Amino acid sequence: MFYRENGQFKSTYESDQQMLPILQDRVFMLVLLVFAFGAVPFLVSDYLFLSLLIPFLILTIAAIGLNLLVGYCGQISLGHAAFMAVGAYAAYNLVLRVPQLNFLVVLLISGLIAAVVGLVFGIPSLRIKGLYLAVATLAAQFFMDWLFARVKWFTNYAHSGSVQTPPVELFGWTVNTPAEKYLFLLGLLIVFTLVAKNLVRSRIGREWMAMRDMDVAAEVIGIRPVYAKLTAFAVSSFYVGVAGALWGFVHLGSWEPLAFNLTLSLNLLFMIIIGGMGSLLGSYFGAAFIVMLPILLNQLPAMLGVPISTSMATHLELMIFGVLIVFFLIVEPHGLARLWAIGKEKLRLWPFPH
Amino acid sequence: MRKNWPVITLGLVLLAGLVAPFADRSTSPGFYVEVLLGGLMAGVLYSLVALGFALIFKASGVFNFAQGAMVLFAALAVARLAEQVPLWVAMLIAMVIMVALAWVIERLVLRPLVNQEGVALLMATLGVSYFLDGFGQTIWGSDIYKIELGIPKEPVMILESLFQGGILVNKEDFVAAIVATALVAALALFFQKTTTGRALRAVADDHQAAQSIGIPLNRIWVIVWSVAGFVALVAGVIWGSKLGVQFSLSQVALKALPVVILGGFTSVTGAVVGGLIIGVGEKMAEVFLGPVMVKAFDLAGGGIENWFAYVLALLFLLVRPEGLFGEKLIDRV
Repeated sequence: MFYRENGQFKSTYESDQQMLPILQDRVFMLVLLVFAFGAVPFLVSDYLFLSLLIPFLILTIAAIGLNLLVGYCGQISLGHAAFMAVGAYAAYNLVLRVPQLNFLVVLLISGLIAAVVGLVFGIPSLRIKGLYLAVATLAAQFFMDWLFARVKWFTNYAHSGSVQTPPVELFGWTVNTPAEKYLFLLGLLIVFTLVAKNLVRSRIGREWMAMRDMDVAAEVIGIRPVYAKLTAFAVSSFYVGVAGALWGFVHLGSWEPLAFNLTLSLNLLFMIIIGGMGSLLGSYFGAAFIVMLPILLNQLPAMLGVPISTSMATHLELMIFGVLIVFFLIVEPHGLARLWAIGKEKLRLWPFPH
Repeated sequence: MRKNWPVITLGLVLLAGLVAPFADRSTSPGFYVEVLLGGLMAGVLYSLVALGFALIFKASGVFNFAQGAMVLFAALAVARLAEQVPLWVAMLIAMVIMVALAWVIERLVLRPLVNQEGVALLMATLGVSYFLDGFGQTIWGSDIYKIELGIPKEPVMILESLFQGGILVNKEDFVAAIVATALVAALALFFQKTTTGRALRAVADDHQAAQSIGIPLNRIWVIVWSVAGFVALVAGVIWGSKLGVQFSLSQVALKALPVVILGGFTSVTGAVVGGLIIGVGEKMAEVFLGPVMVKAFDLAGGGIENWFAYVLALLFLLVRPEGLFGEKLIDRV
């Protein structure tokens, strides 16, 4: 009813391989982009930018990164915040020690450093699988936590171990106001999404998915497990490393040694579970959900006129968080992305049943 | 023989680690034995928590991330109830609460998720652990509480004739070690000798086959989670009396995770042996390796025990992917 793809035939290879094959989808995407770039910076308050949109954009990049590894390649990681930390500290040290570098180059290099570290911690995945691997990736988490808290060189011998970052500068443009930060991050997110989308529908993404679905069978048809798994770890860590650098520089500005702890790792994992494993759209939904939930839970009692203490609020938040996770797993194990797909399908036919 | 070389190499490395402290002349044998004993006792406590993991994984294939939260919950319950009633009554009531909890978890979380893959179940237990952390602190309070077991805390000197200066041993640790050993023995008996234990092992082997010969799967799961709750209770009481009952107690479970993967998820023996290895390794690393690293790399303090266990377990898995006593998985296409 709302849109139909009748009459849209694919007569060339190009049209068959389009990212958005349906005209309505292309129009929708275009309108969305125009709205996000053109309208949002004027409509939204600074508070919303800082507490909602900026964390959402950065965490989406991280969630896409983790989704490439967990959702597409099937290797669980409980320690991905460690690679965010690697990216953040790499960027900090690059800006500190080589100040003439362009920030985009800094992002690229810190992503690459995170990729190398991810590669090293991905090596066990060649031998161990499933839940053993999940626990083994915790090693990355605890080791990195310790490394950045204890080795003084990384924090430039700061006394408390916390670091301060200068504002981001790009080609003479200082990314300072919340709206500017938002536009900068939005641009980056779009680039990263496009790259990820094309990775997963090309040869390498198909290799990852084959590994995920049945590794022995994939090996039999000639996919090299070493190559497939390690590239997934490297690409995923690259994404997460860049997200970490952005989290440190654009969102936090200054951070303590344990800013990238296990809780953040688990939150990243919840994002892709709730959003939908093996779906880029799901990473968006999941990040939005996880960013919004605590804010909503904080505002809700005040809105309802029930005053509760802060410690009570934290405990309630933990409880509701836990219940929601279990609820989502039971009701829709494929996440919000699947709900979205079902809704779309329903709307296509509405009001007819078939 | 040829196939076993990685295991032998690893054993040699571990042995070298045990001997290495003597390279420094100032290490006295008495101090060395003291550290070794301390490590063993910490190891026993790790085993206690690891046992809970192994039990649940063995019987239901669920990797129970909530074990730490269960330890905290049980300890909080005992600590707060003991303010009103005698300790043993408090422990009894807490046990009843843990059984009820097991039943609720089975009913509300596991049953709807039956036949889901392992990752989804792991996530679900993560949700349970968040819930328990919040719930426990909401109803029991979130301050630091004490559990008084009535064991003297002052250390005693033993073997003064053998070593110069004797060895300092904490009486409390000693009791804890005895309790843990007894618990492991009781669990082993329960699994080997009773009908329920046999049913549990059958379910662990093959869910469908067990169900087809009339073993009620759901009831078995409640029993397993209750047993895990009991283990959590014991671990919570012992850890709680040692460290004080507070939120950080649920982090003890994170220390027990490398123990489980080192020993093998499915093995009770593995949990015990793994716990001892990790306990000793960690203490040794902390006491002897830590200062060396701090000096060599100019670190801001040691704290290598935070990751040492994980890295040890990780290296071990590279050699034996299924852990020390885990079942070897064979892939078929």
